[in-house]
Order: sequence, then C-alpha cells, then structure tokens
Amino acid sequence: MTTLTDPPKDSFRLSMLLYDTRYRSMTIQVIALLGFSAFVWWLIGNTAQNLSDLGKEPSFRFLGEPAGYDINQRLIEYNSQSSHFRAAMVGVLNTLVIAFLGCILATVLGVAIGVLRLSKNWIVARIMTVYVEMFRNVPVLLWIVLAMAILIETLPAPNAFRGDTPSASMILNSVAITNRGIFMPAPSFTTELVSSSVAWWLVIGVFVASVLGVRYVRKSATATQNATGVRPTTWYLQLGILFVPMAILLLVLGLQWTSPELKGFNFKGGLHLRNSLIALWLALSFYTAAFIAENVRSGIMAIAKGQSEAAGALGLRPNRIMSLVVLPQALRVIIPPLISQYLNLTKNSSLAIAVGYMDITGTLMGISLNQTGRELETLLLGMLIYLTISLIISTVMNVYNSRMQLSER
Amino acid sequence: MSDTHAKTVSFVRTEMLPEKAPPITSIGPIAWARENLFSGPINTIITLLSLAFIYLILSILLPWMFSNTWSATSLRECREMTGTDHGSACWGVIRERWEQILFGFYPQEERWRPILALVLLIVAIAPILFTAVPRKVLWLSAIYPFLMPWLLWGGTIWLPVMVALGFVIAYLIVRFGEDLIGSLGSMVGAVAAAVIWWLFLASPIANAFASVLPLALETVGSREFGGLLLSITIGVVAIGLSLPIGIVLALGRQSDLLIVKTICVGFIEFIRGVPLITLLFVASTLLNIFLPPGTSFDIILRVIIMVTLFSAAYMAEVIRGGLAALPKGQYEGGDSLGLNYWQAQRLIIMPQALKISIPGIVSTFIGLFKDTTLVSIIGLLDPIGLATAIRADSDWIGVLWELYGFIALLFFVICFGMSRYSMYLERKLKTSH
Amino acid sequence: MKKSVFIGALTVAGLAAAAAPAATLDEVKARGTLNCGVSTGVPGFEAPNADGEWEGFDVDVCRAVAAAVLNDAKAVEFVPTTGKTRFTALASGEVDMLSRVTTWTFSRDVDLKFEFVGVNYYDGQGFMVPKELGVTSATELDGATVCIQTGTTTELNLADYFRVNNMSYEPVPIETQTEAQQQYLAGACDVYTTDSSALASVRSSFADTSAHVILPEIISKEPLGPLVRHGDNEWGDIVRWTLNALIAAEELGVTSANIGELSAAPTDNPEINRLLGTEGNLGEMMGLDAQWAVRAISAGGNFGESFERHIGENTPIGLARGLNAQWTAGGLMYSPPFR
Repeated sequence: MTTLTDPPKDSFRLSMLLYDTRYRSMTIQVIALLGFSAFVWWLIGNTAQNLSDLGKEPSFRFLGEPAGYDINQRLIEYNSQSSHFRAAMVGVLNTLVIAFLGCILATVLGVAIGVLRLSKNWIVARIMTVYVEMFRNVPVLLWIVLAMAILIETLPAPNAFRGDTPSASMILNSVAITNRGIFMPAPSFTTELVSSSVAWWLVIGVFVASVLGVRYVRKSATATQNATGVRPTTWYLQLGILFVPMAILLLVLGLQWTSPELKGFNFKGGLHLRNSLIALWLALSFYTAAFIAENVRSGIMAIAKGQSEAAGALGLRPNRIMSLVVLPQALRVIIPPLISQYLNLTKNSSLAIAVGYMDITGTLMGISLNQTGRELETLLLGMLIYLTISLIISTVMNVYNSRMQLSER
Repeated sequence: MSDTHAKTVSFVRTEMLPEKAPPITSIGPIAWARENLFSGPINTIITLLSLAFIYLILSILLPWMFSNTWSATSLRECREMTGTDHGSACWGVIRERWEQILFGFYPQEERWRPILALVLLIVAIAPILFTAVPRKVLWLSAIYPFLMPWLLWGGTIWLPVMVALGFVIAYLIVRFGEDLIGSLGSMVGAVAAAVIWWLFLASPIANAFASVLPLALETVGSREFGGLLLSITIGVVAIGLSLPIGIVLALGRQSDLLIVKTICVGFIEFIRGVPLITLLFVASTLLNIFLPPGTSFDIILRVIIMVTLFSAAYMAEVIRGGLAALPKGQYEGGDSLGLNYWQAQRLIIMPQALKISIPGIVSTFIGLFKDTTLVSIIGLLDPIGLATAIRADSDWIGVLWELYGFIALLFFVICFGMSRYSMYLERKLKTSH
Repeated sequence: MKKSVFIGALTVAGLAAAAAPAATLDEVKARGTLNCGVSTGVPGFEAPNADGEWEGFDVDVCRAVAAAVLNDAKAVEFVPTTGKTRFTALASGEVDMLSRVTTWTFSRDVDLKFEFVGVNYYDGQGFMVPKELGVTSATELDGATVCIQTGTTTELNLADYFRVNNMSYEPVPIETQTEAQQQYLAGACDVYTTDSSALASVRSSFADTSAHVILPEIISKEPLGPLVRHGDNEWGDIVRWTLNALIAAEELGVTSANIGELSAAPTDNPEINRLLGTEGNLGEMMGLDAQWAVRAISAGGNFGESFERHIGENTPIGLARGLNAQWTAGGLMYSPPFR
C-alpha cells in the first residue's frame, strides 16, 4: 500500500501539451481559439476584398440620409424626408407592436384551446384537435398569406358604405370593418392644461399607481387573514382604487372619442388598424396558439389527478381547484416552452414582408436595402436588432420562470 | 335441501330473472351522445353551437369545392363554365400545373430520379426509425448520402464514389494509425488526409475513371429544382448535414473547455436569436461576399448552406436535451471502464442520447420543412413561389384559393404524417423504461 | 463540365473549383449556357408556362443573346430574382445579364456599377383607378389609398409626387404584382400605381376592363432595359448590339419569316447585308461569327415581332406601340447604324 510513489517531479516537456490531461485541455482551447480567429479573419478578409472589388466601402453613413419613401403605420413622427435611421426605428416599433399583440392573443387562445381539448364534450374536443393539427402542420407563411387574402376578399370595401342604401354599415355607427382594416373611435383629450403626450403619460401613470394600490390592498388583506383567520371584504375598495382616480383624471383632461367618418376616398379620423397588421396578427397568433395549446394540454395532464382530488376533498370548488391547485403547478411545466413560443412568434413576425406590414424587415432590410444597395450594413444591423429583441424577451421570461419555479429546499 | 327451502319460504323467487336490456338511454349511441354531448344545459348549448359552426364552414366550402372545372385551361374558361365570378373553384389550374408544383422545372423524362431518391430515403432511414427492419439495410443508409446528390443532380457516379472514398481513407487511418501515432495523431492525420484527398485528388481521379468508364446520369442544374421537390431537397439535405454539426455543437456546449464552450454557445444563441428570413437574405445577397473572390455557388446551394447552419443550432439544442436526459451513471460507467472521452461518447453516450433525441429531431425537421417556404421571399420557386409565378401567367391571373389550398394540403399531409410518427415514437420510448 | 454541379453540391470540392473571374463571354461559352436574371413573374414580360419554359418580351432578349453567342436560343438558365436580389445576383456573377423590367437610373449605372446596354421598353409610372370613383386626374388623389410594389423606383416617385403636390396618401406596400392586383380589384386600395405598361396589362386581365381608367399623368420616366456588370465592355457590347440588331431588324424589315432568304445571299441594302453578315465582318469584331445577328433575330423574331407576340395589341396584355414604335413611326426606338 505504501508503494504508491509521489507523482514524479516532472520537468515540463513539450509533449505534455498533448499527452498530459492537465495541459491537453489548454492546448485544445488555444487551438480552437486560433482556428476560430483565423476563420473570422478569413471571412473579414474575403469581405473586404470583395467589397473593394465591387467598389463599395462599408459605411453606415446612409442611415443619416433621407429615406425617400413613406410608411403607412408609424408610431413616431416620420415622413419621406426623414432619415433611413428613423425609418428603421419606425420598423422596430412596428415589430415590437406585432410581437406584443401576437404574444397576448396567442396565449389567450392557446390556453383556451388547450383546456378545451381536454373538454368532456366530444365534439368540442374534436374541433380543437382539428384546429391544432390544421394550424401546426401548414407553414405559417401560407397562413399569413391566406389570412390577408381572406380579409381582402371577404370584407366590404369602404365604397360599400357609401350611398343611400349601402351594402355594409358601421357597427354602432362608430366601428367600420373594411378590407382596408378596422376603423375605430380613438380617444383624445380636449384639455388645454397639458399637451396630449403629457396627458397620455398621466393616464398611464395613474393606471400603474392604481394597480399597485390594489395589490397593496390585497396584500394587507392576506396579512390580516393570516393573522386573524378572517379575510376582510375589500372588493369595493379595490374597485374604487382602480376606477375613481382614473375617472376623475379623464374628466379633468376632457376625454372624447373621435369616430371615423367616411370622407373622400376613405374613412378619416379615429384609429385605423390596417389590414396587414390584422392579417399578420391573426395568422401569427392562431398559428402559435396551436403550439401553446399543446403545451398547456401537456402541462395540465402532467399534474397528478390526486392533486385535484385532494383539493376537492378539502372542499374547494372546481374553479378554485383550477386556479389555486392545478394551474400554478401546471404553469411550471408550461412556461419554459411558452418562452420559446414567444421567441418564435417574434421571429416569425419578420414574415410581415409577405403582407406589406412595415416592420424592421420591411423598412431597414427591405426598402432601405433596396434603395441604398447597402446589403452588408442593413442586414448586420437588422440581425443585431432581432438578436437584441430575442435576448430581452428570453431574459425577462427566464426571470419570470425562475420566480415561478418551485424553490426546492 | 332445495325443495324444502322452496316449500318453506314460498315468497322467495327460486330462479333468476333473465337479464333485462339496459334502458335505451344508457347504451349505444344515445348514451354516448348523452354523456359526451348533452350532459348538461351548458354542454348542450356548446354542442349545438359547435354543430352550427361546422355546418357554416361546410356550407361555404363544399359548394365551392364541387365544381366541374377540371378541364378548364384558363380562368376565363372557368368563369364561363360555372357562370359565376367567385362562387366556385377553378380546378383547371391544378390539373395543368400540379406537376410543376411538385417537381418545379425538373426535366419531365428524368422525374423518376427524385421519386427514386425519395423512396430510397424512406428505406434508408427505416432501420433508424423502426426497430423491426433488418440491420442489413444500414448499408444503404451509409451510402445514401452519396447516392442522393448523384440521383438528384446527376453527373458522373465517380465523383460521389471518390468523395465517399475520402471518408474510407479517414476511417482507415484512424483504425490502423492509432497504434503507430497515437489516437490524437491519427485523428489529425485522418482529417488532413481526407481534406487533401478531396481538394486535390478526388476530382482528377474521378475524371480519369469517368473517361474510362463513363457511368453518368444527365446533369440537372439546381435552378431546375422547384416546387415541393425544392422544399424536400432543402429540408432533407439541411437536416442531414446539420446532424453532425449539431452533435459537435452540443458536445462543445456541454464541455468544460471555456473557449470552446463560449464559441459554441455564441453560435447557437446567435442563430436562434435571428429569424430564418434574415439568414436567407444573407444567403441571397451576402454569402458570396464572405467567400473568397471568384467563388460562386448558385442560390440554392447558398440557401442550403444557411439553412444547414440554422438547423444545426436547433439540432444542437435537441441533442443537448438528449444528453441532459441521460443519467449521470452512464458517464461515470464510461469513465470507470477506462474509456477516453471520444470512446465514451461513441460507444455509450451518443447512441443513447441520439435515440432519445429522435422525436425532437423529427419535430425539428417538420419545423424546418415548413420554414423552407420562406425561400419564396428571396425569389426561389418553391410551392408558394410557383403559386405567385403561376398567378402571373395571363391565363391564370386571379386564381388564388385553389393554389394555396392545394399547397396547404400537400404540406399538411406530409407534416401530419411525420408528427404522428414522432408521437408514436415518443410513446414507444416512454414505455421502454 | 457536367461535374461542376456536383462539385458545388459537395461543398468541400466546390471551393476547389473556384476560379478567377474570366471574361464573361469566355465563361458563357465554356459553360454552354447563358445565365439570365429575370423577375419572378410579370405578365407578358417574363413568366414560366406550364412546361416550365420562360416566355415573354424580356425573355426574348435573353434568348437572342444566347442564340448569338451559343447558337442555341434554348441554352439559357433563367434565374428568377426579386427586387432585392437582382443587383446582387448580377454583381456577384451569378447571372451574366439582367433582363427584367429594370429602370435605367443614374445611381444604378454609376453607384451600383452596372452598365445598361439600351432600352427595350420606354415606360413611365402611371395610376389606375376604378371608373366609379370619378377621378380624372392624379391631382385629385388627395387622401387616397395607393397600392404600390416595393423594391422599385415606384415608391420614391410616388412619395415625391405627392409631397410636391402637397397631397396626403396611404401607401399599401406589396411584394408582387399579382398581390397588388388582387388588392386593387377587391377595393383594398383606391389607386394602383406602377409602370403604365404593367397597368395596361393588369387592366387587360380584368373581367370588366372598361370599369377602370388609367389616369393621363405619367409621373416618371422609366426606361427599362437589359444590364450587365461594369467593366467587361466586350460582353456589354454583345448584349447591346444584340438588342440593337433586333431593333434594327424591324426598321430594315428583316423578320423571322424572310430572314432565311435575306441572309442567303447579299441583298441590295448594304445595311441589311452588314447586319446579316453577308457583307463585312461585324460579328468578328465582337468575337462572334458572321451569322450572330441572323441567329439572334431568328430566335424570337425582330423587336416588333417579339413585341406583338408577347405584349402587343393582339395579346391579352394589349399594349400599343406608342413610345416604343420605331423612330420612323414616331416612336423612340432607334438603333445606331450597323457600320
């Protein structure tokens, strides 16, 4: 037993870089790094050579030049004399809008369909199965194109609202559904006290404050319940906090709704949800919802039946069982695949180009690329933007996920 | 006993009554309907609403579908035949163009080749997917990657043979060189020898063989690929090529080597963070700029390259999932047997990890196959691209639903079939442990 | 040569096959086919038929060049390109020439380093509106919703026109012409704007052509023509003079019907003789043989024949010659002399 020798006092030999496991990993890493750098260097070298052959010089100066084209849906001030950079920003905002709207609708639809697929009603369960299979197995691009075609072909043109006996009419005299999109009343403020953007910030601020207030009330109610065993009735307080300050604020600001009116060629005034937005939104949401529904279904099925039976034995009613016992546990299973569905939806929103929705692919990587001929710069910038958006979404969702997961002890 | 009993207790029935049929409401279709469709007022309302919904859909769809316009040669003719502008389908366009939607511009008399390639593909992957298939078919699986390009693109058979020989050479060096120059040396030697073979020797030797024994199929250029053939080619080639890359990336991501890991994670997250369409834009406008001056691949090969990189990142994640699902004991078992890293990977880890990853790989393939339709945006004529081109033909301007419906049906049949298979596999794998 | 495809398929070998850029003419001859960039489908100008063969007015130019250079009008690989990919395809050498309704502009010629070899169709951007709107002039379009194809000069012209005339509009950007048509017909936009040739062809395909009017304003000049890369002037000359040969043939009355007769022996007209190679050595100067123009003209007929067959008044497209008539007939088609 004592024959074990001490490790030899080795002097360093070059061959140890290869044969000694202590150094080998170092060697491999250095080689990998060198190889990688050489590869990148090779790519850059080729690119520089090719670009100089073509007589182009990589430069982002074009971002400051006037774009020259118009964009229909713009959330910030933009006209054809604005710069390419501003056009790109309009595109980024449009991407974010569609991603945000899409994620919300896809989640709502997906949860509903996932739960309904487990319905005891045979026919409902079958319809939901058909829905899921139909949407999952046909390319999303086809759905987007089809959604656009359906909107255009089946809805009435604004012209149909004209004349003494129009073939189409506005819903409640304020909402017009046409094949150019949906025209809805838009809120605006008549107040002279503050500018309209300040007014909007005020509304948002009050809303957030009210929500925080409601949460505080609930928390203190729970604290009381924990201490005394009796939960104080707070629903009127919650409603009050939520609505009264907002109502007062809106009254002071002088809220009014402007309805769209048929003027000239088109409806004017109000809020215009364009066709391209609706088609893309519906197609992406319906498509993604099919995947989310499957996640939800498997999440619910993963919860042992004993859980809901035990909850039932404790005397909880079915909806309380769902919201207090099953869903919180199912969420842990559902959220990780949900994150990747959100990311997929955001990335798929780049197919906006197929229906002419002007997102970042349509502006920066579309028309700007065409007009300036700067493929390298626009594509790099565009990919960087998508990468950033993806990273932000996955970071936020991962933080949420880790908060939802069971903290094991 | 029995007759005393019968006499003393006269009110007890002595023989059993025959079984009565259950009430009509608790057996058969009526019971089923009561239980599954009309179990309560809410349920009944939902059922009726659903039925109304189905009726609505069918009442729109069926009259439209059943229109006798199979023989029409233009949309005008269709309109004359049915007497309406929009009320019914114009199937003439499908009759005239279905072959184009399936094969693109692939020469008519050569179309047996893609069909044969597809049949062989199914045979070649059968031993991997179904355990009941004889193992000998694995030989076909091994030569298939060289056979398929030859069948599809044509040319002399010697070039794929020579390319395959490169792998054989590499294998032989690893096999027999291990004793002479050690495992690492033999591996480096094998790679070097294979690369030298491919770059400098394969082509001239293939030429020499071709001049002696010209075994060749007629060459079909990439540009003649189109329609569903293009989608399947891009999908299959990209998945096939991305499998080895994905394995390497997954191992790199799992490894303890910081730099290797960083490079792999960076690559995977970059690719997964950007939409495929941006990568296709790179393929269509930038890839030639990244390559040495004068290199030029045609657009379909460039697309295949970018789609391969794209699916490799997803494949890496699927395989990483498979690796993570393996119990730690498997790694420790490998170590305790004295296997080195590559031996353990090859003999113990990978066979198991890949097996559990198959459902994931299949669903990656389904996703990728659907995503191949994106190539229509960069002007390739996949089914959707062809639909646009067909609608630009002055005979068929205005045709819309028929084409898209047909294409949707094609994709649905293929993807649905594959997803059913992957579910079957998942169930099978679940019961096995 | 047959192996080149295969080499490409196997990426490794493909890198070895990379060669230094040579003169385009030699490359085309060595390859045996002409790579010609077209669009993904514009009725009358380029579209694949049921057999997968490309047909159209622009396609005929490609075929004429192939016939002149390779003696085979069918030896053309058509590469469909979009508005985004067309210039890269040409610049990277993927195609030898572009013949796809592309407007000759200063910046494309100078900044993007291309060479427009001529004009095969003089076009201009116009507007089409449904007759029932009662619009008679583009200046009445304030507030209209305009369908417009992206990736073209059209959207810049449109933005400029409306800004200069102090009008507002709602652009509906659309990727392909077929989509644009669909939206316009369904009333999703009031106005459809694109090159007036395309407007005419689109209108001709409608069930009721009389319900749509093309407004008199033409807001831009759109000379459409084939283009090649900067720098290879020999190749540029071949494409340019093939186009000119087609135009000159019409002017001189050389048609695909009488060309066999005219080229068999020298005629009285020295210019026809020079064009058809029965006199002088014009073909040789370009590195081709004497019969090049004969083949180019036989491939799809002269300029006028090609026009009439694909987009002329007797086709569904139904375009009048207008600006595109010969200069002798009051148009702008004018070939420099073959001398």
